[in-house]
Amino acid sequence: MGIVTPGFQGRPRVEAPDLPPGQYLTPDFPVLSAGPTPRVPREQWEFVISTETGTEHRWSWDEMMALPQETPTVDIHCVTRWSKLGTTWRGVSLDTLLDGVETAADYALTHSYGGYTTNLPLEDLRDGQAWLVHTYDGDDLPAEHGGPARLLVPHLYFWKSAKWARGIHLTVEDTPGFWETAGYHDYGDPWREQRYQGD
Amino acid sequence: MTALPYVDGNMLDGPLGEVFALDLSSATARCAHCGTPGPVAGLRVYSHAPGLVGRCPTCIEVMVRLVRAPDRAWLDLRGTTFLQFPMPPERTP
Repeated sequence: MGIVTPGFQGRPRVEAPDLPPGQYLTPDFPVLSAGPTPRVPREQWEFVISTETGTEHRWSWDEMMALPQETPTVDIHCVTRWSKLGTTWRGVSLDTLLDGVETAADYALTHSYGGYTTNLPLEDLRDGQAWLVHTYDGDDLPAEHGGPARLLVPHLYFWKSAKWARGIHLTVEDTPGFWETAGYHDYGDPWREQRYQGD
Repeated sequence: MTALPYVDGNMLDGPLGEVFALDLSSATARCAHCGTPGPVAGLRVYSHAPGLVGRCPTCIEVMVRLVRAPDRAWLDLRGTTFLQFPMPPERTP
């Protein structure tokens, strides 16, 4: 009882139909941050993937930029309820970075300049689902949005897309990150509205 | 019969209820990272985030995190070694 079917209004809903439950559309790009914004010069920047055996794979800025580049256009969904559709980025697919990385790990813990961490299953970084991006909407990614480079994992809530990405630890056991140890959901699927633990 | 060396968490209801009924902004907190004590009111709180993050004004490490869900909240104080509150004088019985 009490449920009004939108179709009875005789016109389409103004809310974008592509939004996950509980989200609203914003034309802006809100800046969320749990701490000071790190300023990392590109000549000092590096990205490291370390495996459960301790093997490390490192890329300097120039080495990362020399890898095959992709230009994904994706929708992003923040757990604070804003969504932004059709955002365009440029960067390196995690498939490319993980190519040649031998691992038996099931989980990944991304860590950032500034100390932020966030975890997800390794399989969510594969198969064209995740990128290390350095360009937003045709311009260098600003520091307040995670530049020089951030992770982009758009099928999960945006806190999983770590700003100022510095590296990824591949682990056998799941290791909850910054928000995941403070009440937020371990996986964070916006379409299942997995905001908080137990959702 | 030997008494257990601990009691259950129900005994915390009174003390915690009294403590957190007070104004936290008048408390002093000591940073677990650098050891500097200072007023809670002096923390740097990042609120444009999925939760509130209070950082030590001396070393910028996280001292307190508070995440509020519609029906629940999580308070993480692992970055704080103590909270000191002004209290009314104890009454002698």
